Amino acid sequence: MKYYDKLIFELSKEGRQGFSLPQNSWNHHLEELPDMLKREKKAALPEVSELDVVRHYTNLSNMNFGVDTGFYPLGSCTMKYNPKINEEIAALPGFRNLHPLQPASTVQGVLQLYDELDRALSAITGMSKFTLNPFAGAHGELTGLMIMRQYHMQRGDWKRTKVIVPDSAHGTNPASAAVCGLEVVEVKSTPQGTIDVDDLRPLLDDTIAGIMMTNPNTLGLFETRILEIAEMVHACGGLLYYDGANMNPLLGVVRPGDMGFDILHLNLHKTFSTPHGGGGPGAGPVGVAAHLAEYLPNPKVIRQADGTYTVTGNETAAGRISGFMGNFGVLMRAYAYILRLGRQNVRMAGPLATLNANYIKEELKDCYKLPIDTCCKHEFVFDGLADQSTGITTLDVAKRLLDYGFHAPTIYFPLLFHQAIMIEPTETESKETLDGFISIMRHIAQEAIEHPEELRTAPHLTPVRRLDETTAAKQPVLCYADLARS
Amino acid sequence: MKTIEGLYYSESHEWVKTEGDMAIIGITDYAQHAMGDIVYVDMPEVDDEVNAEEEFGAVESVKAASDLISPVSGTVVEVNEALEDESGLLNQDPYENWIIKVQMSQPDELDKLMNATDYAAFCENQ
Repeated sequence: MKYYDKLIFELSKEGRQGFSLPQNSWNHHLEELPDMLKREKKAALPEVSELDVVRHYTNLSNMNFGVDTGFYPLGSCTMKYNPKINEEIAALPGFRNLHPLQPASTVQGVLQLYDELDRALSAITGMSKFTLNPFAGAHGELTGLMIMRQYHMQRGDWKRTKVIVPDSAHGTNPASAAVCGLEVVEVKSTPQGTIDVDDLRPLLDDTIAGIMMTNPNTLGLFETRILEIAEMVHACGGLLYYDGANMNPLLGVVRPGDMGFDILHLNLHKTFSTPHGGGGPGAGPVGVAAHLAEYLPNPKVIRQADGTYTVTGNETAAGRISGFMGNFGVLMRAYAYILRLGRQNVRMAGPLATLNANYIKEELKDCYKLPIDTCCKHEFVFDGLADQSTGITTLDVAKRLLDYGFHAPTIYFPLLFHQAIMIEPTETESKETLDGFISIMRHIAQEAIEHPEELRTAPHLTPVRRLDETTAAKQPVLCYADLARS
Repeated sequence: MKTIEGLYYSESHEWVKTEGDMAIIGITDYAQHAMGDIVYVDMPEVDDEVNAEEEFGAVESVKAASDLISPVSGTVVEVNEALEDESGLLNQDPYENWIIKVQMSQPDELDKLMNATDYAAFCENQ
């Protein structure tokens, strides 16, 4: 890969241009513009030719790594392939050219899509009603907790200020609870990696608003005592919140609603194949059981008796969490994904994701330390190399993987293990790709013994070599002016 | 991994050195090693109240951010301002570079902590 780090402004040559605009026939009206609306200086735009622009962005894009360029086993992120048909659907002019302030009567098809996606997600998760408005997973968590709080407050139950979060949870769970003004209480995990029910029991009283869980949890393990946990939490008057980050292995097979969850969010950019991370904005729809539907945030899409759709709000809703109706382009991609697979094929995603994860785990567990040796779901966690006498760390392994053209797995998370390597292959990878990854991981384990220095200084073949993360964190260079000064 | 005789140790890897009713608190060698290069220390302010087994700040490394859990209850009388600019001191010598000094309100809380031998054994099992 060729190194390229130019800014478009550095290519700029005064007077060079790649366009030719017609003469401005409104120039003589400039006098009529109020001074406050006029520029004092010319806009500082780069002056470049069309070819400069094309080469610049093509070179930059060549340095990008995404699911479209290679295997991306980033645990907890579900980096599955984003089918191109999703993009075609989302680019249909009838949807693309909408304005969010159009009257509802002129966007009936859009509202129908919103309503049908709500119904599809409800059917898949066992919930009664969804809001599609939240813009991301953590935004969905906050929305869900606002609904939880609103439910208790509407009943006049003001004592419930605590939310229980397992010690293995994603960091966003306690963060969302804190932002929502709730106090976080931690529940421990057993040595087998699931919630310690005996540690949970004494925490449950009339100050508990609810519990937040991922199932399967962060270690990729199914919480087998979920029905018992749901009964205990409900008995104390609390609600169960399902963090949908790990929904992928259950997709179409098991429904959180049937496990006893009252509120959940889904990450459409994980489970439902919409672009993820730098690839595009997210979407975190929130679904609730029937008795909580009135607390879903405004605005809401309602299907009326005559089959038309309207956008409304109600007073008991847990406020408003978005300007309009979510990241609609993302919702369309998820809708396309669900319809394209259909009821039968949606059911295959979870089992195949689970099979792929277990295949990698079993093929590598003699070279990498597997702290919890059991059947996992969509992902699993190694605790570094099996042979740690070489001093080679998880970071070294991850950096070396880049030399072989793979994206590194999630490392040093979850915090339960000091050398955590979290691998999630997803269902969209072929056996050949998995075998390629496995053989390179085995090769790296061998290198750790025979050529440890190669690993300590890796990566060697990437445009940028090993970065000094400590200095980057302490003295960050965040803008061009800082770089020019240094 | 280094431990020092005469200090008290907590399960969340803080150490306490006592001078009368004053507790000097830092993180252990095990903790700094597990964290990796520490890039930021979030400390309380003088006169803040801290409670045993509750967080009083956080350390952030290139790997993760971890809460600092106070082994004792009391009032903060001094914070180690040198760490604001040079958090790496905690990696260089975690026992020399303390984080806060606390005027203890319940010195008997020290009884719940481990001595150096027990703490070393505790870390072995981590």
